[in-house]
Amino acid sequence: MANDVWVYIEQKEGAVSPMSFELLGIGKAMAQDLGSNVCAFVIGDSVDAIAKEAIAYGASKVFVVEGPVYKNFLPDAYSKAANFLLDKYKPEVALFRATSQGTDVAAATAALLGFGLCTDTIGLKVEGGQVKMTRAAFGGNYMVTVVNEKAKPQIITVRPKSFAMPEKNDANQGEVVKESFTVAEADLNAKVLEFIKAATTVNLVEADIIVSGGRGLGKPEGFELLKQLADVLGGAVGASRAAVDSGWIPYEHQVGQTGKTVKPKIYIACGISGAIQHLAGMRTSDCIVAINKDPDAPIFKAATFGIVGDYAQIVPKLIEKFKAKLNK
Amino acid sequence: MKIVVCIKQVPDTEAEIKWDIPKGTLKRDAMEATITNPFDEFAIEEALLTRENYDGEIVAISMGPEKANDVLRNALALTVNQVYRLTDDAFAGSDTYATAYVLASAIKKIGDVDIVFTGKQSTDGNTGVVGAMLAAILGFSQLTYVSKIRSIDAGAKKIVVERAIEGGIEVVEAKLPAVVSVIKGINEPRLPNLMGIRKASKIPIPEWKAGDLGVDTAKVGSNGASTKVVEIAVPPPRGAGEILKGEVEDIANTLTEKLIEMKVIK
Ligand SMILES: Cc1cc2nc3c(=O)[nH]c(=O)nc-3n(C[C@H](O)[C@H](O)[C@H](O)COP(=O)(O)OP(=O)(O)OC[C@H]3O[C@@H](n4cnc5c(N)ncnc54)[C@H](O)[C@@H]3O)c2cc1C
Ligand SMILES: Nc1ncnc2c1ncn2[C@@H]1O[C@H](COP(=O)(O)O)[C@@H](O)[C@H]1O
Repeated sequence: MANDVWVYIEQKEGAVSPMSFELLGIGKAMAQDLGSNVCAFVIGDSVDAIAKEAIAYGASKVFVVEGPVYKNFLPDAYSKAANFLLDKYKPEVALFRATSQGTDVAAATAALLGFGLCTDTIGLKVEGGQVKMTRAAFGGNYMVTVVNEKAKPQIITVRPKSFAMPEKNDANQGEVVKESFTVAEADLNAKVLEFIKAATTVNLVEADIIVSGGRGLGKPEGFELLKQLADVLGGAVGASRAAVDSGWIPYEHQVGQTGKTVKPKIYIACGISGAIQHLAGMRTSDCIVAINKDPDAPIFKAATFGIVGDYAQIVPKLIEKFKAKLNK
Repeated sequence: MKIVVCIKQVPDTEAEIKWDIPKGTLKRDAMEATITNPFDEFAIEEALLTRENYDGEIVAISMGPEKANDVLRNALALTVNQVYRLTDDAFAGSDTYATAYVLASAIKKIGDVDIVFTGKQSTDGNTGVVGAMLAAILGFSQLTYVSKIRSIDAGAKKIVVERAIEGGIEVVEAKLPAVVSVIKGINEPRLPNLMGIRKASKIPIPEWKAGDLGVDTAKVGSNGASTKVVEIAVPPPRGAGEILKGEVEDIANTLTEKLIEMKVIK
């Protein structure tokens, strides 16, 4: 139907994580308000199992473009295929996760369709049949609400973890629609030579828990302590720019305006003052814990729980208590 | 090699931001302190390094009002060969597509371009999509989140880059021309020297208007923009948090309990 809500299902060489389906939840709520259906679309090589899973997560239909040229993610081939599907079915909305792949496909597809898009959305609602998207601007100092009046479909990227995961029900029924669209091998303008897995999986954007450190750690070894806490909690390690610039930890860990934007359930900031550029990257976290020895540090204004003190004394105590209470 | 670098003038994050509330756009001219978009400093540096390693010339372009001349002048001081400012009353209020469309039109006009460098994102617009949109409009290879250029073969028109994406580094070989959008950490941007600054201050900055670029004005500016800001709000403060007081032992007990209660930790 013309005002359906479509959700792009991100896959990499046939593999998906449950998070790939997260937008089917908000997509369904939007479709209800629009009086339409939520559908998924997948581009890849042999993605039957993924299509089935999308139905289990709530998609009423799944549109698939398949073929060996789509084995590796290539923005050019994927966006041409996405453009083909969206142009043919013209749904009202196409939702993408604001990950590297989601953003790459969403941006290029919007350009092929000739429309602007709304990125890194954290709020979505339908009012009087119109979709309203809310995003942070200027380091989270402002929230702007945007409408996309002319575009059809309206392309939207959504910050991961902004909406609840939908329930999975393997009994759900749905239809898989396969469309053939291909890009000639010779027309592909890129190829993936290899993927070098990070030694430490830094997937900050997906992490539910982040333990982050700043200049207040005083030395690179401070991050070893934070890593221990992160390990006990099953979380990832983040950092302020000052810590990255000091060479204590690689840039992939940087949170903030010029680093990553994260939205974990728990963000523990140790020895971070809370400059606006840092807050820009983490202020929408559900729960923020600040550990800082300066009671006037601005981070406390953003914190759910604050501890005034030396991280070097507090963090080991936290590790000890968590280990005891979680039986680890 | 012909290299283009796209640079944007953005408000200094420390400075006060002025909105034109009814229009939902920024009053760029009213804002005093502006800087080169931090990510674009890496784009300029990568262009300079590419010219050093593989020869060629660099053209820097910026779409924006008069003030954008400052960032172009800074690029000149860093020794880029040529700059153009893309400006027209019709461009005001452009959204991401319109911006990419205008920049793409300028890149076509420059002609025979091998590489276009952009930053990963602008710190004001913050959308992080203009690079990818440029690639799609121009039909160039789309190389985003680039953390390293491994090699360029100008003769064979090929480039190999590393992309820093979720979970690791993807090594991609692509055909030229390509749009390469760079992340922080790809290089250490140099500062202009005094001589460069002095020289740059005397160079007139040419302007390209919609007509010069053959841009369809119905597609740009606030008329062409499909996305519109309808509301600007200051987010509610996060609410005064709770400061946990007492001995380290007690604090640690309280905090761990509160966090475990949230049922997030497995
Ligand atoms: C254009 C631009 C972009 C930027 N982008 C980013 C970005 O993406 N991310 C980012 O983080 N920053 C960014 N910054 C930098 C930002 O402005 C701050 O300089 C930076 O966040 C400060 O890092 P910090 O909090 O670790 O260090 P500091 O501000 O030096 O704070 C250290 C804190 O540690 C506390 N402390 C010291 N010792 C201890 C101890 N033993 N125990 C507990 N606490 C202790 C101190 O009280 C202090 O509050 C950017 C700046 C600019 C201009
Ligand atoms: N008005 C502009 N003029 C020149 N380059 C721009 C402009 N807007 C965006 N860019 C480029 O596109 C990149 C991404 O910007 P954005 O999509 O706005 O976050 C920036 O880092 C710049 O390299």
